[in-house]
Amino acid sequence: MSSLTRSLPLVVALLTLLLFPLFGSSFYVGLVTRIIIIAIFAMSLDLLIGYTGLVSFGHAAFFGIGGYALAIAFQDASVIPLWQALPLSLLAAGLAALVIGWISIRTSGIYFIMITLALSQMFFYYFFESPRYGGDDGIFLFLKPVLMIGSEDILNLDNENNFYYFALSSLVLTYLFLVMILQAPFGKVIKAIKANEHRVRALGYSTNGYKLVSFVLAGTLAGLAGFLEGAHTGYINPAYMSWHESGVAIAIVILGGVGTLYGPIVGAFIIVLLQNFLPELTEHWQLLLGGIVISVVLFLPRGATSLFPRLLSLIRTEKGVPLSQEESTKVDTDG
Amino acid sequence: MADAILRIDRLSKCFGGLIATNNVTLEFERGQVHAIIGPNGAGKTTLINLLSGDLSPNDGVILFNGRNITRLPPHKISQMGIGRSYQKTNIFAEFTCFENCWVAAQSRLKSSMRFFRPARHLQAVQERAERALGLCGLKPRRDIQASAMSYGEQRQLEIGMMLATEPELLLLDEPLAGMGREESLQVIELLRRLAKEHTLILIEHDMDAVFAIADQLTVMVNGRVLETGTVEQIRSSQAVQEAYLGVEEAV
Repeated sequence: MSSLTRSLPLVVALLTLLLFPLFGSSFYVGLVTRIIIIAIFAMSLDLLIGYTGLVSFGHAAFFGIGGYALAIAFQDASVIPLWQALPLSLLAAGLAALVIGWISIRTSGIYFIMITLALSQMFFYYFFESPRYGGDDGIFLFLKPVLMIGSEDILNLDNENNFYYFALSSLVLTYLFLVMILQAPFGKVIKAIKANEHRVRALGYSTNGYKLVSFVLAGTLAGLAGFLEGAHTGYINPAYMSWHESGVAIAIVILGGVGTLYGPIVGAFIIVLLQNFLPELTEHWQLLLGGIVISVVLFLPRGATSLFPRLLSLIRTEKGVPLSQEESTKVDTDG
Repeated sequence: MADAILRIDRLSKCFGGLIATNNVTLEFERGQVHAIIGPNGAGKTTLINLLSGDLSPNDGVILFNGRNITRLPPHKISQMGIGRSYQKTNIFAEFTCFENCWVAAQSRLKSSMRFFRPARHLQAVQERAERALGLCGLKPRRDIQASAMSYGEQRQLEIGMMLATEPELLLLDEPLAGMGREESLQVIELLRRLAKEHTLILIEHDMDAVFAIADQLTVMVNGRVLETGTVEQIRSSQAVQEAYLGVEEAV
C-alpha cells in the first residue's frame, strides 16, 4: 500500500504530462519539451551528485557534445535518420565522459569539482574558437531527425507533438533505467561509495572502476539530453557546454532534491519556468531567481520535493496521529 | 615453525622523520589469536594499516599464505581474505544495519558490475549478510539506521561488516575501544567464538580482555617489537614489565 501511495504522485504527474499536448498550446508544448530535456540532463547529473557522491561541475560538456555530434554529422545532410544520429550522440558523449572521467575520478572533493570544471571548459573553448564548427555562432540544423523503415516515416520529429512524446518517452526510459541500475548490485556499490568510499575500498571493491562507470553512464545520458536539445531548437552553440550551464544543472538538482530521481524533474520545472516568466516581471529577474534558490536551500535542505512529505507529517501531527517509524527518523535527522 | 598464515619481514614505515614501524619481523600462526599491545604511539595501528594496505611500507615484505602482498591496494588484500575493522568506527552511517552488511557481503561476488537484476534477488549475498548480522549480535537491530544505534552497537556492526566478507584472517583495531562493561563482555564472547574458525590479529588496550582471549602476544614500543611470545612468556618477561605492564600497574 505504501509503495502505491508513494508512486501515486508519479503516476498522476506522468498522466498529466501524457495528456498535456491535447490541451496546451504549441508554445507551451515546446516549453514543456524543453523542461523535459533539462530534466533528463539534471537527472543524469544526480546519478553523480546524489548517488555516487561526485560533484561534477563540468556536466554540461557532455550535454554540449551530444548536441554537437548531431549538428556536425548532419548539418549538410538531406535527412537525419534517428537511428544513426541518436547512437552517435550517445557514443560521442560517452567517450568524452570516459576520457574526462578517467582523469578526474582520481581526485575527490573540491579537486574533483575543479578538474571537471577545467576539462569541460577545454571543450567549451575548443568549440568556441573553432571556425569549422561555427565558433561562437554555433551551428544551425534545419531538419529534425526522422525514424524511417525503408522509405516509410515512422516518427517525424518535425511535428511538435511527436517531439514532445519522444522527449517524454526518453525521460521515462531514463528514469526507469536509473531505477534499475540503482537497485542492481552496481547501484548498491555506488551509494556506498557516496556514503563512505574508504570503507568500500576496505571491503574489497576497486572503487575507481565503479565511479568511472557511473561517470560514463551519467555523461551518456547527458548526451541524450544534448541530442534532444539540439534537435529541438535546431541550433547548437558553445554556450551549451559552458560552466554556467553546468552550474544551472547543479542548482536544479539541489533545488529539486539531491539523491531522488524525481527531484531533478521538479527542479527542472521550477528553474525553466522561472527563467521563462521572471524576466516578464523585472529586468533584475536573476536576483529573484537567486533569492528563490537560496531560500529553498535554507528552508528545505532536502530540496523542494521534501516539502510534500513535510506538510503531510505536519498535518498528521496536528491531528494527533503518531508518525510512522520511517517519518520520525527522517524528522530526527533533519534536526 | 608451525604453520604461519602471515609473515612480515623487516617492515618499516616512516612519516617524515618519525619511524612509526621500525624493522618489524613477526610471524602469525594460523588459527591463533595474536594480540599486539603497547603504549600509545607504539605503532600498532600503523602496523595494521600496513597489513591491510591502507598504508604502504617504505621497506620490508608481507607474506600472506606464502604470497607477497606488500604494497597491494586495500581492495586486493580484502579479496585475498584479510578483513579488518577500524579503531574509529567506519561504517555507512545513513544505511541500515542490514544494508551495511549487505554491501560487505556483496563484495564477494566476482564483480558487482551488474546492472539489470535487482540486488535483492541475490540469495547468496542475502544469506551471507544475514549470517554476519547474526554473528555480531545485531539481528534485532536489522532495519535500524546505523547512525541511530549506540556506539557499542556501531562497533559490533563494524565487526559484522568484516565478517560478511568471509575473511580468513581478521585484523581488529581496538574492537573494545569506548565500550561499556556489558558491551565489552559481549564482544569478547564474540571474538572467542570467531577465534574457533579464524586467525585473529588484535590490537587492544584492555589487558583483561587480551589475557582472556589471546594465545600469542607481541609488545611494541616506539615502532619496534620489544618482545613476542605466548601470554605466559610475556607476563613473566622482565623487559615488558619495565616498559609497559609495570608502568600501568604503577598508575
